[in-house]
Amino acid sequence: MLEIKNLHVKLQEEDKQILKGVNLSIGPGEVHAIMGPNGSGKSTLSYVLSGRDGYEVTEGSAKLEGAELLDMEPEERAAAGLFLAFQYPVEIPGVGNMTFLRTAVNAQRKARGEEEMSAGEFLKVVREKAKTLKIDAEMLKRPVNVGFSGGEKKRNEILQMAMLEPRMCILDETDSGLDVDAMKLVSEGVNALRSEGRSFLVITHYQRLLDHIKPDVVHIMAAGRIIKTGGPELALEVEHNGYADLLAEGV
Amino acid sequence: MALAVAKQDALAARIAGLSFVAGGWLGAARGAALERLGAMGLPGKRDEYWRYTDPASLKATVAPKASLFAADDEPPVFDGIDRVKLVFVDGVFDAAQSDDLALAGVEIERLADAGARDIHWAAGLYAVLEARGQVPVQRPLAALNSAFATDGLLIRVTGKAAKPVSLIYVHNSETSDAILHHCVKLEEGAELTILENGPAAARFNKVMEVDVAKGARFHHIRSQGRDHERRAVTHVFARLAEAAVFKSFTLTANGVLTRNEAVIELLGDDAVAHVAGAAVGDGQFHHDDTVFVTHAGLRCESRQVFKKVLKNGAVGVFQGKILVKQGAQKTDGYQISQSLLLDEDSQFLAKPELEIYADDVKCSHGSTSGAIDETALFYLRSRGVPMRAAQGLLVLAFLAEAIAEIEDEEIAEDIRARLEGWLARHDH
Ligand SMILES: Nc1ncnc2c1ncn2[C@@H]1O[C@H](COP(=O)(O)OP(=O)(O)OP(=O)(O)O)[C@@H](O)[C@H]1O
Ligand SMILES: [Mg+2]
Repeated sequence: MLEIKNLHVKLQEEDKQILKGVNLSIGPGEVHAIMGPNGSGKSTLSYVLSGRDGYEVTEGSAKLEGAELLDMEPEERAAAGLFLAFQYPVEIPGVGNMTFLRTAVNAQRKARGEEEMSAGEFLKVVREKAKTLKIDAEMLKRPVNVGFSGGEKKRNEILQMAMLEPRMCILDETDSGLDVDAMKLVSEGVNALRSEGRSFLVITHYQRLLDHIKPDVVHIMAAGRIIKTGGPELALEVEHNGYADLLAEGV
Repeated sequence: MALAVAKQDALAARIAGLSFVAGGWLGAARGAALERLGAMGLPGKRDEYWRYTDPASLKATVAPKASLFAADDEPPVFDGIDRVKLVFVDGVFDAAQSDDLALAGVEIERLADAGARDIHWAAGLYAVLEARGQVPVQRPLAALNSAFATDGLLIRVTGKAAKPVSLIYVHNSETSDAILHHCVKLEEGAELTILENGPAAARFNKVMEVDVAKGARFHHIRSQGRDHERRAVTHVFARLAEAAVFKSFTLTANGVLTRNEAVIELLGDDAVAHVAGAAVGDGQFHHDDTVFVTHAGLRCESRQVFKKVLKNGAVGVFQGKILVKQGAQKTDGYQISQSLLLDEDSQFLAKPELEIYADDVKCSHGSTSGAIDETALFYLRSRGVPMRAAQGLLVLAFLAEAIAEIEDEEIAEDIRARLEGWLARHDH
């Protein structure tokens, strides 16, 4: 599904290398987790994959189902099936959540040559999905993320993901700021989307999320590289011992 | 104070070609306006009130040419709205293209017809609010209008108008120079919506005087088109009695030069006045909103909401003032002017002012200028919304506070569609 090879990324404005040769291969239907110390480059990886400005790829490639993501505009990547649940979802005053969602869904459909969703059909689907995520109708009417609590913003990300039905989902610390119940809701939302044709890359600091969303593979990222890859037990190890041993090993 | 010789000469040259119609109540009002104009002279570049906008082409003896745009260049606005259509072609009322003037609760007459009558209600309004509006700031182009307007409508509203009165201005000659003057009087408890649209003429000078009596409500929605080379200077003078409501919204897209002045007096207690504008400009576009709101009554509310989206060297101007007179306690005044600059060539010049002589008031004003929010843009694109559409959403979001001043949702939707069309045609 997602094939990242030897990815090197520096900041555009500064001479600062952030990713220093990331290799990652995620098969269809797999769930991978990335853990790693603050500032190790996890969010940078997710931004570079989704096409945010400000970064320069100096080497390497990232292919989604064989197509080079790094050559595409952000909207083309989305239409190709990539989705990033932001660590810090963005507030957009003046743009209604519903308008935003419908524009996004239909833009992607159009880009893929599919038929657009009618207003009625859209409303029905969005209400249903919002309900399972316990997002009330009032929230849908408000401007995108404006006045949403931290947890509401994260749930809104998952709602967008559910509506857009991407093939490759990247979740950047979607668990941070969630209370126990919300974490369960969000995890259930994610698990409901798990399927053979859909893969996940879950960035997190905590083992707890991985209790709910069981990963197939866990990676440890440090200083812009993946320094260790293992099974779910690797997350437990981090939870108990922190990164010190792994970092020592990795060097 | 005598005018400088150069100013006298410029004024003489400007009015030489205009015909002054004397006689009757209207002739008297025109004569008084001409006297005011003579004392003021035409505005000059060095006048403080014209610091950001050069009046040269607005006062020139001959109107600069403006080519016509193809009719199918842009779909007509307000098309789906049930309204009484009154059409002016290059500043002349066109009865053949207009609907019947009869509308329950509303009397509509042509200025020219009414001027011939001995006595008329409009004698108490024509050029009266304009004259009041000459203090403390001079507005010579409005006095010129009162003195020389060639056409216009006198509208008296006694009840709740069943539908909006829609003034449609058609630009049909590349050299037309139109001067129109409308008077609108809303009697106690009356209600009326006036729609205006169209480019009117190569050069357009328009005055609208609106007298809103106790408890009456006036809505005004204007879509200033289109023809790219046209120039316009417009004044709205409004006077509000107790609990009267005045709401005016203007959309301006295109036009090399537009100066829209609004001069509003809240005289009665508990009156409400909102003036709003959304302007979108691309390239050679200079748009000036100049607003003067005077609070004299108790507990009155005023709002000024002006938003401009500028690109490719377009210029936006806002001069807005709230004057709170002595004794106008519990005034609630709000003013915001903002611009969204889509590139570094465009500029926004703002002069917000507050002058307050009462101690128990709430007044706020703010003015900002900024670029499009790149983070929001990326967020939208990351969800699959293409670049142009994402920009469009953000531009509409920026303008939303101004559009929200339109009460009628159907009309607001029409204005939004108009904006979307403009954005689609100007996405470079
Ligand atoms: N636009 C930027 N300007 C300056 N520094 C940046 C920028 N983007 C990333 N960095 C730096 O790159 C490094 C990696 O940041 P990144 O946000 O990817 O870390 P992270 O692994 O997601 O951390 P966290 O766990 O705290 O979220 C940090 O040192 C960060 O300061
Ligand atoms: Mg991060």
